[in-house]
Amino acid sequence: MKNGFKNISGRFVPLDIENVDTDQIIPARFLKATTKEGFGANLFRDWRYINDDSSQPRMDFVLNQKAYSGSILVAGKNFGCGSSREHAAWSLVDYGFKAVVSSFFADIFKSNALNNGLLPVTVSESFLSQLFSLSAASELKIDLEEQTITIQETGLQETFEINAYKKTCLMNGYDDIDFLLSIKDTITEYEKIQEKNYE
Amino acid sequence: MGKTLFDKIWERHVVKEIDGGPSVLYIDRHFIHEVTSPQAFAGLNARGVNVFRPQQTIATADHNVPTENQHLPIKEELSRLQVEALKKNCAEHLIELYGLGHPFQGIVHVIGPELGITQPGMTIVCGDSHTSTHGAFGSIAFGIGTSEVEMVLASQCLLQSKPKLMRIRIEGQLNKGVVSKDLVLHILSKLSASGATGYAVEFAGSTIRNLSMEARMTICNMSIEMGARCGMIAPDETTFAYIKNRLFAPGQSKWENALAEWKQLFSDDDAVFDKEVVLQAEAMEPMITYGTNPGMGISVTGSIPSLDQIPSNDRTAFEKALKYMGWEAGTAVKGKKVDYVFIGSCTNSRIEDLRQVASFVQGKHKADDVEVWIVPGSKQVEKQAQEEGIDTILEQAGFKLRQPGCSACLGMNEDKIPAGKYCISTSNRNFEGRQGAGARTLLASPLTAAAAAITGVVSDVRDFLN
Ligand code: SF4
Repeated sequence: MKNGFKNISGRFVPLDIENVDTDQIIPARFLKATTKEGFGANLFRDWRYINDDSSQPRMDFVLNQKAYSGSILVAGKNFGCGSSREHAAWSLVDYGFKAVVSSFFADIFKSNALNNGLLPVTVSESFLSQLFSLSAASELKIDLEEQTITIQETGLQETFEINAYKKTCLMNGYDDIDFLLSIKDTITEYEKIQEKNYE
Repeated sequence: MGKTLFDKIWERHVVKEIDGGPSVLYIDRHFIHEVTSPQAFAGLNARGVNVFRPQQTIATADHNVPTENQHLPIKEELSRLQVEALKKNCAEHLIELYGLGHPFQGIVHVIGPELGITQPGMTIVCGDSHTSTHGAFGSIAFGIGTSEVEMVLASQCLLQSKPKLMRIRIEGQLNKGVVSKDLVLHILSKLSASGATGYAVEFAGSTIRNLSMEARMTICNMSIEMGARCGMIAPDETTFAYIKNRLFAPGQSKWENALAEWKQLFSDDDAVFDKEVVLQAEAMEPMITYGTNPGMGISVTGSIPSLDQIPSNDRTAFEKALKYMGWEAGTAVKGKKVDYVFIGSCTNSRIEDLRQVASFVQGKHKADDVEVWIVPGSKQVEKQAQEEGIDTILEQAGFKLRQPGCSACLGMNEDKIPAGKYCISTSNRNFEGRQGAGARTLLASPLTAAAAAITGVVSDVRDFLN
């Protein structure tokens, strides 16, 4: 069980790049841990640092720019494509992001994000380009209950889709495993009926 | 209305529907490996839960393992820790492990089918996106994240929403020198790397029917590169013949029953797909990628598109990709210098791939300034290659058959391509940094890769065939 939430507001980090794949989010060479923590340090590693050296940040990369902060990442179309590795979601969560906004998410990334309490918010292309044109001091509000995302200064708002079940999970801070464990009897019942398949 | 292959399997595996939510889907077979499972076991232990059906999970070590001197302790510390964690977790939870040194060890998507664990009509998952490979047998097979690995371990179920359905039909006969890898790279170049996002894809048509199981696996393997949730091919006589007599295939007494069931697994004539695509095999040529996603492919004799041929909203990505590759728009790829050749990965490391490579390089010798890694998909493939003398043919041509694992497909072990170097690779992903930081990957078929190993440059394999 994690902490549930109803809304997220504040400043955001704009990453105006399309097709950000999981190898960019967290390069494969940093996947060798056996726990879920600590991946934030290597989030966008190859974009953040010159030559893999953490003492030499690339100042043209948005995470290294002081002007930008906040727990919302705004990214270009087709975010999270590539591998099924959940490390991408963990590294974003570990870094401190609570929501990612894009006009399109890769399927597996989306479900991995939801499973880890990271909210993927799909907006229209035009809303997304509005977001990228905002100044660094602008703030967003994501209301999970109402399923809306709002640009605070202009009041521009869009609604987003989220599966009702996932929404309840996020708001209450429980996850799929809590749910599946609660229906074990039903699963055993199903197995009995299908028994001949599982000799 | 008729049912699709996907519907037939899906419906049979729904344990329960949730209002306004996903379905609870029962999972028949679950594969795990050292990289995406440790956190799942840690999660289980933290909840104090046992593995629900340990006999339905099979483990192997593949992603991290060295491809030389596998009998020695793993040098890389973190790799060693992950492999050891897998051993410990499997022992604790009574899961069968085909670890290093075991005669069944290998890349998870190679060993499942070759052991007969993968069968038609099943639901199959693994914490690796190329699980779609197993769909070649007419199963619903897809990659999952580590939380989902934990779910399956805890309950043998997953929460899943039903994807939309697409059918890609390929008709006609493949040209000489064109193999299934070219076919799937061709589809990708038409559909793009996100063209099948949200869909389960069924591959059908006469071209597919005429392919071997190995070739079908190559295609389903890369369905994920189109963004598809999974790829599948209806089982037929080729499928049944492949499975028969494999170690975990239904035995004699059960074979007829299994066969009768498997024969029901096809899309009915009047089944409706959300999207249909038809392609002609005759239009396909040997393919090569020039960019940093698998959709950026062209015929090996073609040119990289010029900027004005690229839709305006894809131009930034296109230019970024070319910059990374160190290439100019509008130029030819054929004739470009290659530094490394990697023949392996769950896409193309099966015995048929090695046979193709061996018969091509027999009597030829590798170019001096090219480093070539040929990595079999499994211990069984390695053994078979040795029995057939493939290792000797490779050695005479100046190559060496290494030991099984994922190797340079993702550069997690020591097999990394140095920054700035060009590697022609039979794997499935040419993402930035995939084969090592700064490595430049060109995806191609085993034949095209073998041709480059001989010439040292990107070559058209058809120039060697008469
Ligand atoms: S060979 Fe590559 S794609 Fe296949 S399972 Fe291994 S890492 Fe994944």
